[in-house]
Amino acid sequence: MTLAADPYEGPVVLPDDPSLGPEVQVDYPGYRSTRWRAPKDPLVTLPEELHRLDGPVFGESALDPLDNDLTRQHDGEPLGERIIVHGRVLDAEGRPIRGALVEVWQANAAGRYGHEVDQHPAPLDPNFSGAGRCLTDDEGRYSFTTIKPGAYPWRNHDNAWRPAHIHFSLFGRLFTERLVTQMYFPGDPLFAYDPILNAVRDAAARELLIARFDAERTEPEWALAFEWDVVMRATPFEQ
Amino acid sequence: MRTPTPSQTVGPFYSIGLCRRAAEALDPDGVELAGHLLDGQGEPIRDGIVEVWDPGRRLWGRSGTDAEGRFAFLVPREADVLEAFVFARGLLRHQRTRIYLRDTEDELLRTLEPARRATLVASTEGDGFRFDIRMQGDRATVFFVH
Repeated sequence: MTLAADPYEGPVVLPDDPSLGPEVQVDYPGYRSTRWRAPKDPLVTLPEELHRLDGPVFGESALDPLDNDLTRQHDGEPLGERIIVHGRVLDAEGRPIRGALVEVWQANAAGRYGHEVDQHPAPLDPNFSGAGRCLTDDEGRYSFTTIKPGAYPWRNHDNAWRPAHIHFSLFGRLFTERLVTQMYFPGDPLFAYDPILNAVRDAAARELLIARFDAERTEPEWALAFEWDVVMRATPFEQ
Repeated sequence: MRTPTPSQTVGPFYSIGLCRRAAEALDPDGVELAGHLLDGQGEPIRDGIVEVWDPGRRLWGRSGTDAEGRFAFLVPREADVLEAFVFARGLLRHQRTRIYLRDTEDELLRTLEPARRATLVASTEGDGFRFDIRMQGDRATVFFVH
């Protein structure tokens, strides 16, 4: 498959190219917002010591009660499929990162964000703010109780829909162990149409963004469970 | 070495999750560091976030941009250089830059051409500092491998 003369008028999802590695393409033609925002100049190399700076540490004071339970932040319960999302935050060598601040935000079950800019004509849920946070424990574990977000349309291209996802923001130990990403649900039929997921050009790396259905952690008569581990990247000197 | 979890854009609705608590004041008694986040057409990026970190003093801050693309912090008057990350809809991975509050004889700055170097140095404005971040173009801010 080849691109049209103007890459921004080309296909929304490009064919896989594992030779590009797990890296996210900074400027992905199918995702139009990258066009005027992704840097075009080559990135400059920093001395190694600037890759090894400690990062900020967030303690319990960064949390409010019920921050990790998005279903109990209002008087009533939100509509939707109740789920538990849990996993571990690991460094590049697989060691747990404890005390990592994990922040999440998501659409409600109808695919609507509680945000003034979101104009998707799906109902808001007065019992769902869609935001949570927690700190990882000594084994690097985090856990949220929430509802499964809905898919929603966006205007990137004709009839564009985002697969259901939860946004994650994570701080590791080092300043450079900083990650903002999105977690997807297994088997979503929208994967093949989504330029944001497919901006990760290696299929194996894309799989790392998809949670696993976790039957063991499912709570009978209460909630389904999904497991998703996050691995921070090493510094450029270790890769 | 494990394959890292890929980055994905912060998207347009990040303020739900990331801006519920004010985090602009690294130093409540500090001076203002403010600027505009601009795209390759010079348009304000209204859905961006800037995070800054003073590793020596261990002070961290976060500012979402407003309708004019403006971000603002209160930083220690005596700070020299801040590490910074930029996030926005349309950035598949965040970008790293540095905000020099004064032009110093820094080894890193010395390696850059004067015009590129100038993109990393804040100007003084009133009592505080001004630092614009341009994602693209002739005066594009220098971003670093990270």
